[in-house]
Amino acid sequence: MSCNEDPELAAALERAQVTRRNFLATATVAAAAVATGCGNHGAVWEEYFQQHYKRLTDDDKRAIFARLEDEVRRRRGLRVHISDPAPMRGVEYGYALNLSACVGCRRCEYACAAENNTSRDPEVHYIKVLQMESGSIDVERSDSRYEGPVPAPGHFYMPVQCHQCRDAPCVKACPVGATWTEPDGITVVDYNWCIGCRYCEAACPYFARRFNFSEADIRPSEINPDQGYLSNRARPAGVVEKCTFCLHRVRRGEYPACLEACPTGARKFGNLLDPESEVRQVIDHKRVYVLHEEAGTAPRFYYFFD
Amino acid sequence: MLMKRVKEVVAFARASVGEVTRGSAAYYRWLAFLGVLLALGGLAWVHQLREGMAVTAMTDQVPWGAYIANFSFTVGLASGALVLVALSYLRRDKALGELVIVGQVMAIASLTMGMLFVVVDIGRPERAWHLIPMIGRFNFPISMLSWDVVVLNGYLLLNFYLATYTLLARFRGRPLNGKKYFPVLAGAIVWAISIHVVAAFLYCGLSGRSHWHAAVLAPRVVASAFGSGPAMLILVLNVLRSRMKVPVRDETLALLRNIVTGAVWANLFLFGAEVFTEFYGGSLHAAPLRYLLFGLHGHAKLVPYAWLAVALNLFSAAVFSIGALHRRHRVLIAACCATIVGMWIEKGMGHVIPGFIPSSLGEIVEYSPSLNETLVCAGVWAAGALLLTLMLKVAVPIEFGGLRMRGGSAEASP
Repeated sequence: MSCNEDPELAAALERAQVTRRNFLATATVAAAAVATGCGNHGAVWEEYFQQHYKRLTDDDKRAIFARLEDEVRRRRGLRVHISDPAPMRGVEYGYALNLSACVGCRRCEYACAAENNTSRDPEVHYIKVLQMESGSIDVERSDSRYEGPVPAPGHFYMPVQCHQCRDAPCVKACPVGATWTEPDGITVVDYNWCIGCRYCEAACPYFARRFNFSEADIRPSEINPDQGYLSNRARPAGVVEKCTFCLHRVRRGEYPACLEACPTGARKFGNLLDPESEVRQVIDHKRVYVLHEEAGTAPRFYYFFD
Repeated sequence: MLMKRVKEVVAFARASVGEVTRGSAAYYRWLAFLGVLLALGGLAWVHQLREGMAVTAMTDQVPWGAYIANFSFTVGLASGALVLVALSYLRRDKALGELVIVGQVMAIASLTMGMLFVVVDIGRPERAWHLIPMIGRFNFPISMLSWDVVVLNGYLLLNFYLATYTLLARFRGRPLNGKKYFPVLAGAIVWAISIHVVAAFLYCGLSGRSHWHAAVLAPRVVASAFGSGPAMLILVLNVLRSRMKVPVRDETLALLRNIVTGAVWANLFLFGAEVFTEFYGGSLHAAPLRYLLFGLHGHAKLVPYAWLAVALNLFSAAVFSIGALHRRHRVLIAACCATIVGMWIEKGMGHVIPGFIPSSLGEIVEYSPSLNETLVCAGVWAAGALLLTLMLKVAVPIEFGGLRMRGGSAEASP
């Protein structure tokens, strides 16, 4: 009898896939698979021994993406497509945000959550919009839990997300190289390699990283099926995730979701290496401000004023 | 030759089992107590593995809590334990030399705790193999955490080698071979400092965290290790003297006491220097220290805890400095406990938590460990105490009781 046809084991695997909250349940099934001599049933083993992203061949990647798509289909009853667009040559992404234009509506924050499949409960957002007091740019006097109509008098707004630093302290911190900066300037995480030590969270001066304290909870109807392997695909519990400038969109020439959601046009995004790009025009001709510049991490994210 | 070695090790193992399974009722009560704690902690850890880190009180704002706090402290204990070894080496003192083994097993127990605290802290412990060079992807020498992995494992190996080599040699009734022993011993002494310096650099290397990004951190952390480590040694040696009839001289205890005295004062001085620098200039960077000592915008969870540490440190500084006080046995013991608890607060949660408050975006999210986290911590401490107890139970009869191998079988001398 081939392993694929063992109905009992398949059922056990299915159950574990549906109810599993952690690797222990999976490990039990894996142990069962080993006990019955079915090494193959180890999507679990494959996952466990999966190599670092940078060591994967194209064939490896295809198999992994298929496995992950299959897992979502079985667990959530949903067809998703996982892709891995490569960085474009001659492109280094940068972001500029107009503090004079932002009204603090938080649409970017929610568009980001919808695009990137971040957990709804507990609510995980990559972007934090700070309500700042007029007369100060000290984040310590800001409030990110503001309510009521915006813009509130006497305040301005500063959305903060990953600054995609040129000298990223999170990348230096990671003991296993599970996070790195891609050639186009985007810092990514290999969710299957991260050990969950959270040293990168401690290192980040921008509160840009989020840890999956439990598995993300999203209704299947709200899951965005257009997924990037290094960006918005399902993340396991116990690993770190972050803003990737919507890598799966921008590498296809689209804008990040936060930019498209902005009603005031406060967000500008583009290629820092192209002098004609909007983001370069802003940096070259406007007055810019770099948050926590003293931390020395050289962000690719700029605030500017009109 | 090889067969002979195997025989020796087997005899040693059998003698060890004999020793640890023999003891007074109090010894068994102590083991049972530790066993219960260990079981509770183990269950709590399993619960954490099943439900995810959500069962801890940590958040994205405060991503490190009681686990890493205890990790930092136990690494301090491990390096402080080597003070005894360093003293005997520098003074070429035979009576001290016999106690070296106590320092070594304490270092092993503390390090084991430190490593367990890291294991329970990480979200995917089953992926620990990613740390193995070549097979995994070890980010050495860039990541300070990778340095920590190297120095902690190295230190554990050095102490393990020293302790087992010493005990086996004594067990076989052979003198120590200086060439095999002293170079490693000297290495371990230097290495002891390195483990704590690296543990400090883990924090002060983060330019985005003003509270930790200070050069005074490493010296302060080393000073507190030289306080808590020897204070713990005084306690352990007192227990060994009264319970296991180990000949501990008063001079030895006085020597350790002097080291604690210096360390406690050095730590207080550095603390004062830090307080002045942060508050006199009134920079925004003082916010974490203000949170720790006075509370920030009405949030003051750590304040009573922090002042308790200051009070304990002042108390121990006074006792260790005034002869009329520390000559009284009970007061000395109380001061040692005060030093340990004071440093545990200061170099544990008092050091880790303010680094995250306020967050880098100015948010104040407070932290105190959940019940589950507390149980896991208690379990790790129990594991350390158990390891220390069992190792001492074997080491003491060999070192002081004349437990020797006899023709392949072992028996204790009268």
